[in-house]
Amino acid sequence: MSDVKTSYDLAVIGAGPAGLAAATLAARQGISTVLLDEQPAPGGQIYRSVTETPVRDPKVLGPDYWHGAGLVKPFQESGADYLPGTTVWSVSRNLEIGLSREGAARILPAKHIILATGALERPFAVPGWTLPGVMGAGAAQVLLKSSGLVATGNVVLAGTGPLLWLLAWQYLRAGAEITAVLDTTPRANWRQAMPHMTGFVRSCYIGKGLKLLLDVRRKVKVIGNVTALRAEGDGQVRSVVYRQGNGAEQRLPAETLLLHQGVIPNLNLANAIGCAQSWDDAQRCWTPQTDGWGATTVEGVSLAGDGAGIGGALSAEHQGRLTALDALHRLGRIDRQQRDRDAAPHREALEKARQGRVFLDTLYKPAQDFRVPSDDTIVCRCEEVTAAQVRDAVKLGCSGPNQAKSFLRCGMGPCQGRLCGPTVTEVIADARGVSPAEVGYYRLRPPVKPITLAELASLPKREDEIDAVLHH
Amino acid sequence: MFRRLHDAAGERVPFTVDGRAAEALAGDTVAAALLANGITVCRNTPVSGAPRSPYCMMGVCFDCLVTIDDVGNRQGCQVRVAPGMRIETQDGKREIDR
Amino acid sequence: MSGYDVIVIGGGLHGCSTALHLSQRGVRVLVVEKDHIGRHASGVNAGGVRQLGRHVAEIPLSVASMALWHRIGELVDDDCGFECHGQIKVAETEEELADGHARVAELRALGFSHEEVVDQAELRRLVPAIAPHCVGAVVSRGDGAAIPYRTTFAFKRKAESLGARFEEGSAVTRVARAGLNWRVKTAAGGRFEAPVLVNCAGAWANRIAAQLGEPVPLEVIAPMLMITARLPPFIKPVVGATGRTLSFKQFPNGTVLIGGGMLGRASPDENRTELDFTNLAINARTVWDLFPVMRSATVVRAWAGIEARMPDQIPVIGPSGTELGVFHAFGFSAHGFQLGPIVGRILADMITGNGTPLPISPFRIQRFHQPAVAA
Repeated sequence: MSDVKTSYDLAVIGAGPAGLAAATLAARQGISTVLLDEQPAPGGQIYRSVTETPVRDPKVLGPDYWHGAGLVKPFQESGADYLPGTTVWSVSRNLEIGLSREGAARILPAKHIILATGALERPFAVPGWTLPGVMGAGAAQVLLKSSGLVATGNVVLAGTGPLLWLLAWQYLRAGAEITAVLDTTPRANWRQAMPHMTGFVRSCYIGKGLKLLLDVRRKVKVIGNVTALRAEGDGQVRSVVYRQGNGAEQRLPAETLLLHQGVIPNLNLANAIGCAQSWDDAQRCWTPQTDGWGATTVEGVSLAGDGAGIGGALSAEHQGRLTALDALHRLGRIDRQQRDRDAAPHREALEKARQGRVFLDTLYKPAQDFRVPSDDTIVCRCEEVTAAQVRDAVKLGCSGPNQAKSFLRCGMGPCQGRLCGPTVTEVIADARGVSPAEVGYYRLRPPVKPITLAELASLPKREDEIDAVLHH
Repeated sequence: MFRRLHDAAGERVPFTVDGRAAEALAGDTVAAALLANGITVCRNTPVSGAPRSPYCMMGVCFDCLVTIDDVGNRQGCQVRVAPGMRIETQDGKREIDR
Repeated sequence: MSGYDVIVIGGGLHGCSTALHLSQRGVRVLVVEKDHIGRHASGVNAGGVRQLGRHVAEIPLSVASMALWHRIGELVDDDCGFECHGQIKVAETEEELADGHARVAELRALGFSHEEVVDQAELRRLVPAIAPHCVGAVVSRGDGAAIPYRTTFAFKRKAESLGARFEEGSAVTRVARAGLNWRVKTAAGGRFEAPVLVNCAGAWANRIAAQLGEPVPLEVIAPMLMITARLPPFIKPVVGATGRTLSFKQFPNGTVLIGGGMLGRASPDENRTELDFTNLAINARTVWDLFPVMRSATVVRAWAGIEARMPDQIPVIGPSGTELGVFHAFGFSAHGFQLGPIVGRILADMITGNGTPLPISPFRIQRFHQPAVAA
């Protein structure tokens, strides 16, 4: 790692829109900046592989995707150091970053850290979702963007949310076939979303969104009001069984089932650092607490982008710039007046990008039955714990996700709760008849991504602190 | 199953899966390369032995764990295929010492 | 609210065990816990059930506790995940092995026979994966390990089934005399009274002791642990080292727990710990040296519990030195888990007036009392 300085003024973690924008703005101001990213190329998930995608026809991925290329070039010219293929597994309260790169681990200190860890797909736990052939819609999008791969055979999309429709649209553009889209958006959501329509009408989403929806509906069989869903097969998904409203069970053949019900903040790193988080009832997820500048409750650590609450790619970009301005101010590079002055256009752009969000959040809020799954559903994929087991533990006195870990090993596998945490919170809250805010969330601990013993053993020694060893 | 778009361009990268020769496109992650070669199941779980395929493709779910060049439990979706890479699907708790 | 005979402060293993033993004798107990049962050291420790290598003063208690562990199901209606495959302290040099011989001889002279020295061949038979440079070990074959949270919870449930009550989420802010009773106030506004008070408050026990006029030099520490992804079974006993810090064991599910007392940073006021990876790396290097097969193992989680350590590394157990009707059990200095079953019995023996047959004078709190300043 000879290309890495021994320390930085600013470290930005994550090279999606928020991270790219933040690092670019900061580095242009002359502070030493590093952008750390797990992926091999910049773009995050939304602009994944934007500099190198093998998908040559720009119409397939659409103009919103290609907007990302406009963030990468200024970043590359900004003077910031860039460390792709770097896994950040720890950030301490004294702002030391534990990272692994090319099989070796090291500690990298920074004076300020911006987390731009983005979003992940909300877990969509239905019976059979662990079967091979069942994937997230986001996974299918990654395969398309970075490898030009599309699913073949009977392909069923199921769920709710803008990304589901975007994927369907991109698949059609790419010439891929879709057997059906099973729309799980609850009917009642439309009524609840209507009062927020005005914001949406003024937003950038409406024109694009409606056109995309109509395109898909013209060409694909869309089955609405789906209220129950499961994947069946023996060692591989073969069919999808669903129910419309209170109707009878119906079955579709499927070799690939792509699930999606929105995205939620990827908060494992923020949580492990100790940033306070709260339950967002509108978005039905835990969100780290931030102020208007992205500052968390931990001194020196800020958050930008979807990791601080879902706002979408454009919001993330503007937030990244605001967060970087505040970091510059905290680092003594600019005074408060300059920060506020420079922030004004970005704040305005952020407000604009946020318009229509409430409508989307309300419309695409997943149904209770898909957030609080039936007894026979595996909720923790790693430890293969079912919803029934979680409910049984509640009967024994298990009051929250942290106790569920001790009772069931739920959330203790390698994914460290990322794919079960939201479901476990909701299942326990539902079983206890209290709010998710009351049952809490996993207390996560570094390493937030697994590291090998060899990597850990390779960390530099610090002889003066070896005295801290406890002698028996 | 997955297929490559007709106009998907890039260099071919040779690698092996469980000893068999296979080919990826430059830029493919290990998980994508396996799917492109018709291999959906990359491991059996250490808990029940159930087969799993990649689920999230973005480093979150850990269902794409495979052994790469003798190092086990690596996230296939986070590692790019390199020429000559030896990829092995994993069975349960995998062998010790690798 | 009253009607209790005893109030126990702290719902860790020692508090729950005390509640259980008292409830068995018909004593009405209330346990007041600031978080939830087993939230700190009791729920997240390494689970070692170990007589091996203990301070000589603790051995009689440890041996008595071990007898309870071997029949733990009869005590709490749950096997607590207890498995007895022995504990082993590896000697990496002839010098360390000589220390082992001296230790075993010392224990023999005191009448204890649970520890024995084994040679390289026997060590290899017990731990085939051990690095070839290890020359032998001290072994305690009756030792083992259990699952900490499950254990603490089993004690709680059994106590509850016998009538004990638990007030969780109730941080004690004040303890004071109220006539013949002790009155306990909590941050949530609770008030409880009973003639007897037991301080099992772990890393927060010094705050209770100070209110009783006997401050103690308790240090709050955060011993760290890490755990690997599942590996095929390759080791049964719990292994430690002689010349360095290590506790190493594999659970039946295949995960390997690595600990031994490397310290992180504790913030008891915030209920937080922070890991120190430079220290954890030392632990990792020890495993690298002693178990070459572990070198490519994946560490999936690490954590630290909040624990109390006394300057002389042994706990405080026994009646208050300043107040009647008050008993202490805290400061187990990161090795209290194995003692949990017996400490509850000792306190119950003392509280119900019979006294304990076990030698607990080394643990009296008076050893920390400041001598009166001459006028």
